[in-house]
Amino acid sequence: MATVELRFSAQPEHVRTARLVAAAVARRAGVEEALLDEVRLAVGEACSRAVGLHRGNAVTAPVRVVLTDEEKVFSIEVGDEAPGGPAGPAGTGPAGDSDAAEDDMGLAVISGLVDDYEVTSGEAGGVIRMSWPVAGAPGLP
Amino acid sequence: MDLSLSTRTVGDRTVVEVGGEIDVYTAPKLREQLVELVNDGSYHLVVDMERVDFLDSTGLGVLVGGLKRVRAHEGSLRLVCNQERILKIFRITGLTKVFPIHTTVEEAVSATD
Repeated sequence: MATVELRFSAQPEHVRTARLVAAAVARRAGVEEALLDEVRLAVGEACSRAVGLHRGNAVTAPVRVVLTDEEKVFSIEVGDEAPGGPAGPAGTGPAGDSDAAEDDMGLAVISGLVDDYEVTSGEAGGVIRMSWPVAGAPGLP
Repeated sequence: MDLSLSTRTVGDRTVVEVGGEIDVYTAPKLREQLVELVNDGSYHLVVDMERVDFLDSTGLGVLVGGLKRVRAHEGSLRLVCNQERILKIFRITGLTKVFPIHTTVEEAVSATD
C-alpha cells in the first residue's frame, strides 16, 4: 500500500496543485485514463470545500489530502479541521447564503461523479473519502 | 494554466471568450468580468467555453450568478460548449435545463428563443 500525503494552507490557489498531484498519483496507481478527469474534478471539489470551510471558520491549519493506492482501489481522503465538518449545517457559518449554495453544488458534483464516496464529520473536522477502481486489478474485468 | 478572458460585440450580443481553468481561484475573475459587462449595460451575453480546460462548481456558481444578473434586465446568457467533459458537469448538476447551450458562437448570437 503506497500513500502520498499532501498538506496545503487553505488558499484557493493551492487547489489546482492538489488536483494535479491527485491526477498524477491516480494515473500511476493504474486508474483508467477515462476516469482521471473525474478524479481531478472530485478532488478539486472536495479541496475547494475544505478551503471554504477553513476560511469561513478562521481555521489556520492546513487542508489534508491523503492519496492511497490499495490493491484494487485508489482512494482519496480530503480532511478539514472546521468544526462541524462536511456534514455540518450549511449556511450557518459566516460564509453566508451564496457560499452555502456553491458548497452544496460541490457536494452535488461529487455525488454525481463518484460512485463510492463517504462524507463524515466531527467536532475536530470532517473527511470526504472517495475511491475509484484500479484498472487491471485482480478480480476486476 | 490561468484563466484567459476576452470580449467582443456581435450585433446586440457580447461574446465572452473564456480559456483555461475556471476553479475556486480563478472564478472571481470571471465573476468580475460578468458583473462589469452587466453594469456597463451588456445584457445579452454569450459565454464561449470552447477553450476551457477545467470547470468546477465554483465556476458553475459564477455562471448562475451571471444569469441572474442579466435576467434582472430581461437579458440572456447563452453558453457555447462542445466538450463532453465540461457538458457532463452541467448535466450532473441539472444546469442543462437552466442554460441554453449551443454548439457554435454563430448559433448562440443568432438565437432568439
